Amino acid sequence: MSDIRLQIDGKEVTAKEGMTVLQAAQSAGISIPTLCYHEDLAPYGGCRICVVEAAVNGVKKLVASCVQPVAENMVVRTRSEKIDRIRKTLLELLMAHAPDSPELHDLEQEYGADRGRFEKDASFCIHCGLCVRYCAEVVKKNAVGFIDRGIRKEISFIPEIAAKECDDCKLCFPLCPTSYLQAAYVLVESLAFPRE
Amino acid sequence: MPRINSPVELEAFRQEIVSKRDPNKPCITLCSGTACHATGSKEVALAIEQELENQGLTNKVGFRRTGCHGFCEKGPIVVIDPEEICYLQVTPEDVPEIISSTIKEHQVIDRLVYADPTTGEKTAHEPDIPFYKHQQRMVFGANRRIAPQSIEDYLANDGGKALIKALFELTPDQVITEVKDAGLRGRGGAGFPSGVKWEFARKSPGEPKYVVVNCDEGDPGAYMDRSLMEGNPFGVLEGLVIGAYAIGSHEGYFYVRQEYPLALENLSIAIERAEEHGLLGKDILGSGFDFDVKVHRGAGAFVCGEETALLKSLEGKAGEPRPRPPYPAVKGLWDKPTNINNVETWANVPLIINKGAQAFASIGTEGSKGTKIFSLVGKINNTGLVEVPMGISLRDVIFEIGGGIPNGKKFKAVQTGGPSGGCIPEELLDLKVGFDELTKAGSMMGSGGMIIMDEDTCMVDVARYFINFLTDESCGKCVPCREGLRQMHKILTRITEGKGKASDIATLESLAETAVEASLCALGSTAANPFLSTFRYFKDEYTAHIEDKRCPALACKQLISYYIDPAKCTGCGLCLKNCPDEAIDGGKQKIHIIDQEKCTNCGTCFDVCPAKFSSVIKISGEPVPAPIPEDKRTIVRKKKSK
Amino acid sequence: MISSTCLKEKMDTAKIDRIIDKHQGEASALIQVLLEIQSENNWLPKEVLAQVSEKLQVPLSQIQHIATFYKAFSLVPKGRHQVHICMGTACHVRGAARVLDKVQNLTGIKPGETDLELKFSLETVNCLGCCALGPVIEIDGKTHGKISPAKTSDVIASYD
Repeated sequence: MSDIRLQIDGKEVTAKEGMTVLQAAQSAGISIPTLCYHEDLAPYGGCRICVVEAAVNGVKKLVASCVQPVAENMVVRTRSEKIDRIRKTLLELLMAHAPDSPELHDLEQEYGADRGRFEKDASFCIHCGLCVRYCAEVVKKNAVGFIDRGIRKEISFIPEIAAKECDDCKLCFPLCPTSYLQAAYVLVESLAFPRE
Repeated sequence: MPRINSPVELEAFRQEIVSKRDPNKPCITLCSGTACHATGSKEVALAIEQELENQGLTNKVGFRRTGCHGFCEKGPIVVIDPEEICYLQVTPEDVPEIISSTIKEHQVIDRLVYADPTTGEKTAHEPDIPFYKHQQRMVFGANRRIAPQSIEDYLANDGGKALIKALFELTPDQVITEVKDAGLRGRGGAGFPSGVKWEFARKSPGEPKYVVVNCDEGDPGAYMDRSLMEGNPFGVLEGLVIGAYAIGSHEGYFYVRQEYPLALENLSIAIERAEEHGLLGKDILGSGFDFDVKVHRGAGAFVCGEETALLKSLEGKAGEPRPRPPYPAVKGLWDKPTNINNVETWANVPLIINKGAQAFASIGTEGSKGTKIFSLVGKINNTGLVEVPMGISLRDVIFEIGGGIPNGKKFKAVQTGGPSGGCIPEELLDLKVGFDELTKAGSMMGSGGMIIMDEDTCMVDVARYFINFLTDESCGKCVPCREGLRQMHKILTRITEGKGKASDIATLESLAETAVEASLCALGSTAANPFLSTFRYFKDEYTAHIEDKRCPALACKQLISYYIDPAKCTGCGLCLKNCPDEAIDGGKQKIHIIDQEKCTNCGTCFDVCPAKFSSVIKISGEPVPAPIPEDKRTIVRKKKSK
Repeated sequence: MISSTCLKEKMDTAKIDRIIDKHQGEASALIQVLLEIQSENNWLPKEVLAQVSEKLQVPLSQIQHIATFYKAFSLVPKGRHQVHICMGTACHVRGAARVLDKVQNLTGIKPGETDLELKFSLETVNCLGCCALGPVIEIDGKTHGKISPAKTSDVIASYD
């Protein structure tokens, strides 16, 4: 695999073909915030907090660094007024669901996000998808999945599978940034697990 | 039916069909697209069959049920050939007269022909009707002459000629060059140059390669693709085979919304016929080129019109878009090179091959070549599908072809591009229709929907309507779209309810920027356009809603009150009788009064009050006048002067 | 009360197998298979989803996602009459929202719902392509065009 040379925040970085901008940045010690990224899972591109400005042949646009493949001579900026503004709004949108999430809290200070900007929503799931994806790709049990779409989208445990598999596993629990996963599990356990 | 194994055989077959058809034989053509079905064309068809049989004319008079003609406002439509006499809004009761007068006596029935709404001038000859005269129906015109399930009709209308030219006279690269030189741009929304896209797929390594027809037409108010697929499925198929040959694909998919049953039916029949005759399948027409198609139905998700979501759906998964790059031309269906184009794009291909790139490129503007089919709907007199050359002005489309705004109302805006597009106001009506021109004006071509709005349309409500639509259709994967639109919808709803805040516009702009810059797919990144364009051109309406709690168009339910003007009320009692909430007080010869406490703003009184009185009015932004005193409520009938 | 015939109607497992075999048991045909089952059975019971999951070797969680993601599918029994209200842009500017209000009042249900007697199922649809007739409602495939809130009462009342 050939080497690709790009520039991130003014620093020359050498990456391998097929790497993403996020991976290249991490390898060079440049930090980009993420929420839905996990090194054991296929990149998701859902939270968009990792957006950076990437310029190829002078054409600039914002891309999600966790899914954007590196390209020769790409010029990347991980912070700018626009990027910060957008990250701030994304955080505020998520804090309408989970204002007390530790991961969001860390970023809240840095980007000056106002947790009260948007009206609160009942559900504190932020749809990072880590639980669903981990159970599908790593554990391969598919005990929890998504249902529906848009603002009605939710995570949903399959009671028959969860009753058999989850008690001995729960590897997804530490991944959840808001503890919604644990709450959903407790609910399905008490209401829907098959009883003998 | 023996397979056709060479161009020579196809020409012989075509000649055979044409020679058996007498151009002077009378033929009744009945528009049988879905819209005409809704106005009763099935009943008219039965009446025609019955009457022809009754009069012993079944063998002497042809009867052809075609796809959509486009003049949907006036359906059911009957055209008598060869004279091309066009009858509009035909009922089963008209049929006997049509047969005895027009078919047998060659007499025109005046009451059934087109009449100019202003001058009353009648036009019986179809091509001279203003609606049709100003169009250039290069792609859509075939609908008029072919029965969609008849390959004989298709061949009799020069069908298959482009296929032969491509397979036997041109190399795949030469086909791509033709399409590039013609300047064909995608007709589905983004307007990407089709020839360039084909070239990417051709050059991408990987086998097999796929071609896909995107018939997921989701923009509300747009039904061009449906009418093409219902009315001329062979035409779309021919374009697809040519494209497959150019790209090097041997497997194609039609992705058709399941909400289009007639299109699915006619398509399946067309595929069967084409296979039987050797125009599809192995060794097409003896050329050595193999190509097969499969049909997949959509299952009710607007987002599946987005190409990567469509591919996911073809793979049997939830239609969540994926990031691009990689583009489908490089990594598409099952990670193989795939070329997806819209129905209308494919339908233009035989035209380009037949006429040649130069001829095609001579129509339209510098950046937008050829014609475009638009669905002209909403507050317009001549609702229907129109095909016009790129570069025509919006004014000409709306007023010359569309016949202007009904009920004497004033034009306010034309919405183009569906939920990804924007509203264009009156001052830009002379804009020449084209991809780049519409984008510069803050809208976009989109799939071709053109929704006309008048003075009674609230532009803030239009923004809210589209954001509501997109919130419902969002796949929900990325934050800017799922959460951003959710909040935009809440804010716009509050504004239409009179609960707007001073900070709302800034918040909307911030959410719009986030959606534009950071969304995963084009649904999200264009979602803010309805808000951005209505705010750009109709800022005063937003200000009125937020600051004055007033709806200038008198449309937003929570911001209007209904009031009976005492000077106009004649005490007819229609409003009282029809009020579902018993909120009107009145009696014979007594001025009626609406009890504002009980009124739920349903608008029934406004609808039923006779037009000649027009006593019910809508008020917004100011208090309702106090009810007139009891003793003033008696209506004194003015005696007629002798 | 809830129609007991609807709950007893379980689609024959052999019939479902046949539908799946017709598509060569390919996982990519999942949506097409579910569409056929939905149109025959009028809804997708949980047992059917489990059977499809087993035969096509697709995880049940994915099938559930698909069955809820796409609006053509219903996981609950539908009513005898499908009422579709067009909320396309052309119908919207011609007053479809008021027709929707009226239908909701008359039937007591909101879009996406079915009433307790399993009489009406209500859906909003985006463009039936009969824009010349707007506002339009479609009941059991029959189009009622140029409909006003007042006329809606008569139309709904005509169905039993």
